[in-house]
Amino acid sequence: MPVKRSDKTPMPQRDPTGRAQDFDEVNEGYCFSHAMFEAERCLRCQDPVCMEGCPVRIPISDFVHAIAAGDLARAASILRTANPLPGICGRVCPQESQCELKCHMAKRFGPVAVGHLERFVADWERSQPVGETPPAPWQSARVAVVGSGPAGLVCAGQLARQGYPVTVYEALHAPGGVLRYGIPEFRLPNAILDWEIDALKRLGVEFVNNVIIGKTITLDNLFDRYGFAAVFIGTGAGLPKFLGIPGENLNGVYSANEFLTRINLMQAFQFPEADTPLKVGKRVAVIGSGNTAMDAVRSARRMGAEQALVVYRRSEAEMTARVEEYHHAIEEGVKFHWLTNPVEVIGDDDGWVAGLKCLRMELGEPDESGRARPVPIEGSELVFPVDNVVLSIGTTPNPLLAKTTPGLATHSWGGLVVDEKKGETSRRRVYAGGDAVTGAATVILAAGAGKSAAEAIHQDLSAGL
Amino acid sequence: MAAIQEKRPLTPITKLLRVHAPLIAESANAGQFVIVRVRERGERIPLTITDYDRDRGLVTIVVQEVGVTTRCLGALQEGDEILDIVGPLGEAPQLQPGGHIIGVGGGYGAAALLCLMRERKEQGDRTTVIVGARHKDLLILVDELREVCDNLELCTDDGSAGFKGLVTERLQQLIDGDQSQRPDYVLAIGPMPMMRAVADTTRDTGIATQASLDPLMIDGTGMCGGCRVTIGGEVKFACVDGPFFDAHQVDFDEAVQRSKMYVKEESLAACRQSESGTG
Repeated sequence: MPVKRSDKTPMPQRDPTGRAQDFDEVNEGYCFSHAMFEAERCLRCQDPVCMEGCPVRIPISDFVHAIAAGDLARAASILRTANPLPGICGRVCPQESQCELKCHMAKRFGPVAVGHLERFVADWERSQPVGETPPAPWQSARVAVVGSGPAGLVCAGQLARQGYPVTVYEALHAPGGVLRYGIPEFRLPNAILDWEIDALKRLGVEFVNNVIIGKTITLDNLFDRYGFAAVFIGTGAGLPKFLGIPGENLNGVYSANEFLTRINLMQAFQFPEADTPLKVGKRVAVIGSGNTAMDAVRSARRMGAEQALVVYRRSEAEMTARVEEYHHAIEEGVKFHWLTNPVEVIGDDDGWVAGLKCLRMELGEPDESGRARPVPIEGSELVFPVDNVVLSIGTTPNPLLAKTTPGLATHSWGGLVVDEKKGETSRRRVYAGGDAVTGAATVILAAGAGKSAAEAIHQDLSAGL
Repeated sequence: MAAIQEKRPLTPITKLLRVHAPLIAESANAGQFVIVRVRERGERIPLTITDYDRDRGLVTIVVQEVGVTTRCLGALQEGDEILDIVGPLGEAPQLQPGGHIIGVGGGYGAAALLCLMRERKEQGDRTTVIVGARHKDLLILVDELREVCDNLELCTDDGSAGFKGLVTERLQQLIDGDQSQRPDYVLAIGPMPMMRAVADTTRDTGIATQASLDPLMIDGTGMCGGCRVTIGGEVKFACVDGPFFDAHQVDFDEAVQRSKMYVKEESLAACRQSESGTG
């Protein structure tokens, strides 16, 4: 096998100054020649370890070879069979810690750009005329999916491919869950999400918005009254955490969920053409270091903040965001304050945010998580003068469904208890996966859980268990 | 989509809408609310469920046209459809049955008392409703309320009907009155200053008092945290923990302050709406 001495083909992206003014997508995507060149870099390993790194087990080398052979239709078909959301995963997956981490090319050059290629194929597929209508569902057992985020969408798609009539219930007025309300358009345009959902509708999946299972319809009624044979719960981790520091309820303090939902779901960036406002001042501090924090701080820039800063009590090494998002944020002028722990939000006379008081930290002995414990430095108090504070310090599973469903067991922290092999909950024929089970994690892990649960549901239903 | 089956003006700016929403009607309890969105790119606003009819699949809401969305909603006619409606949200108030309950309603808050007080009466409570407005023409649902309670007390600022004065003044009289008039529980639904005044009226009397808070809200399922309120020093989400809270524990200063977060934006949007004549 000849050594292919080239580095990973970079993703073309928009100029940082221009892109920080709007919500259009930052990454522009590969052109055909980029994709062909990049696909050729794949070593065609006997043992394609990349696939082991993929939570939905996409046959990566197969689809990459199909691109190299110029057969994009085959590449698309391989991808879509394994993952109903390639256009989304190609954009938001942390490939660097999954498939691309395993890639043999990664050791000497850069890994094959699996994510960029996945996106390329999905975008190509989207530009093609819609194919033949697939056959109508042929199974008699119907399945309900609660929540239309990544876990629910993938579970619905995989079940539909097996011939099941599937109904997806969504509490909000538009489907997509965190893909809709959380991830901003500059990373995942709504048009892509809409297209992927339409593809599921073509497979026969039915979407019902504005229904909260546990409130509008109880879980028991899904079986008893609506006649579903199985239910998959993919309700995510939507409950925002707060720090519990003084001043947190001042005007101008938002959870990242509220901040991003106003922008993404409610389109506050178009106010007053859109009816939902969002007040963003000239200086915005975002607390946290995950992908959501990056989404929030980069959104703040786009909403007009001249100074957008990230404040995090640990160091850069403990940051949980993807490196790509971190770099994009830096390019767009975001300033990072590591080892800085917020202790109070300071208000003005009218009850609005005026500043964020913090303590500088230093790293001490490792804590329970194995990471160095940040310890406050005495007398290091400082105040950032800011107009808004956005808290992006994590979310926990929403207790609403468990609270209203007898016998649905949860862990003390709110996650649903499931049988690890099948994803079945303490209730028979009720399965769960994604953040509702694991706590806040990634889109692709949720997708993987949705896919496994679909397999388990199919097995149980066909075995009549 | 939910079709409007009946529309009735209650005052020049207050409309009653009976909406076909069978799933919500079936699972609704008195005191819960819905969230509606009236047009594409429109905002989501919470509205109390005034009444429900499970057999006919109808939910009644009362809307006071004070902002862009409520004006759009109020402009809809019978046969028109509400773009999105979701619910029932929040929890019904937890009150032990078997006592004398006084429901105090200010402005369009009176509407929210309708099915609440009917339910209390059915559960064996003695029910008094005190509703107030500036003038008798602004009192709403008087006949309907009279049917669902044992005693209806009207208050007007100008004395054009019932007691001349504030609802809290009448409430004070009942508290100071004989044992048959004194309430065991008080439920306050209306504008924040009124609920605060009710809380102050009963604070030192030992009478359990609940207020129905309606802060800014987006999803209504606990996701955004925009509706957080401080109750007895603890942060609660009005959408899932409420909307009813111990009125004596509510941090009204904070609640009032937070309710004014978007005043400028709201008036800007309202001006635009008036100028364009749409909505």
